[in-house]
Amino acid sequence: MAYSDKVLDHYENPRNVGSLDKNDPNVGTGMVGAPACGDVMKLMIKVNDAGIIEDAKFKTYGCGSAIASSSLVTEWLKGKTVDEAYAIKNSAIAEELALPPVKIHCSVLAEDAIKAAVADIKAKQLTKATA
Amino acid sequence: MERQPIYLDYSATTPVDIRVAEKMIPYLTEHYGNPASRSHPYGWTAEKAVENAREEVAKLVGADPREIVWTSGATESNNLAIKGAANFYASTKGKHIITIATEHKAVIDAVRELERQGFTATYLEPEADGLVDLAKFKAAIQPDTVLASVMLVNNEIGVIQDIEAIGNMCREAGVIFHVDAAQATGKVKIDLANLPVDLMSFSAHKTYGPKGIGALYVCRKPRIRIEAQMHGGGHERGMRSGTLATHQIVGMGEAFRIAREEMASENERIRMLRDRLLTGLQGIEETYVNGDLSHRIPHNLNISFNYVEGESLIMAVKGIAVSSGSACTSASLEPSYVLRALGRSDELAHSSIRFSIGRFTTIADVDYTVELMKSKIEKLRELSPLWEMFKDGVDISKVEWAAH
Repeated sequence: MAYSDKVLDHYENPRNVGSLDKNDPNVGTGMVGAPACGDVMKLMIKVNDAGIIEDAKFKTYGCGSAIASSSLVTEWLKGKTVDEAYAIKNSAIAEELALPPVKIHCSVLAEDAIKAAVADIKAKQLTKATA
Repeated sequence: MERQPIYLDYSATTPVDIRVAEKMIPYLTEHYGNPASRSHPYGWTAEKAVENAREEVAKLVGADPREIVWTSGATESNNLAIKGAANFYASTKGKHIITIATEHKAVIDAVRELERQGFTATYLEPEADGLVDLAKFKAAIQPDTVLASVMLVNNEIGVIQDIEAIGNMCREAGVIFHVDAAQATGKVKIDLANLPVDLMSFSAHKTYGPKGIGALYVCRKPRIRIEAQMHGGGHERGMRSGTLATHQIVGMGEAFRIAREEMASENERIRMLRDRLLTGLQGIEETYVNGDLSHRIPHNLNISFNYVEGESLIMAVKGIAVSSGSACTSASLEPSYVLRALGRSDELAHSSIRFSIGRFTTIADVDYTVELMKSKIEKLRELSPLWEMFKDGVDISKVEWAAH
């Protein structure tokens, strides 16, 4: 199977691999996918009080395209507001990495991971506000 | 230019031994006669070469040369044996067939085709070690069972079935017994003079011969009959028509001669290499050997690396040419049906690699492979959220995943 140079670059040198403290009230976690389907993505974002994403980390169990999709979004997320992050579309990820049609689901999963992480941080902030 | 990866996929195919290639060439350019031509020396020379090769093939497997029918390969041999015998004996014996769920597709799909034509079939599940339970096999035999097909050596996990015991049960019940031995020649001793086997399929290209040539053993005592699947000039005593590919046949004969003469010493060397590879890879945490290790050819090592995804694993190991238990060229990942039949989870089936060692594998190749696997598995696990969960003591099978 032929991978684009960008996929290979992210696969060979993944950016922002790792985890953040999941108990930190400023950290949102999104875990999507399932081992039986061959993809699991975990995305963590750290949001400051101004609502800006300061840091993003990922770990992915999946094919090269899944690893590249999650690595790419960690780069994109830093400096964005959570609302801007929420607006990232899978089509932009697929286009940037030149994913073939059979690998589009990897970009969908990355978009889902962002949405799950944003939902998690919003839920945490809500708890904080009502506490 | 990038260096060619180290070849560890001998179960897929083998290079043609140079001694084989050299023996074949004159039959392309010089002795090009049709072995069926009876009226001139061109034909006689070709026929003599074909019969010499037939003798060499027969010798490796303890058969009479008259029991060897040339085909285009093991897939054709399997089709000819299964469809040919089932159709010939259906009216007298019945229409039930027994085979094993881990057989090669050329057997499974031939049986499926017979099912479409009105036969019934039992696809027996092997045990978790890949071996057939003899009592379960016996229980599967019905009064109307016409044919059973069991492979000698499995292509994915290399396990060796107890063909003698299964054959004896078949003989006792009057069931025709076919064995796919494509992965066995030159690796395990085959003595058809004393084995209760009626039909056996062979391939040249798994044993350092050329692709596109194979053979089917058709037992003479007791005499087994098959219906031809290819009709034409009545070659091969009517069982398989078509002009014989002299050069291919010469190649198969020479490859099988070399196998017979060098098998003992070669297997010893390959076992040493396999043990070295196994010891090295077992140094990696959470690895699982697929299939029984003692009833197994030394050439095969099939291992699953837990918490690593199959396709990224194949990308990671491009320095070696191996096969993966995961077919990931399609949109839906399909784990190996052989590993699934052993009861392996989808995840472990996906993350499996078949290393197959052969005549030209060196100690340096094995050592390189072990080091490569160690570093790449470590890197991929560093990336894997499942590995992190495992290390944190989370039972991944109990997590509720959102299926997608």
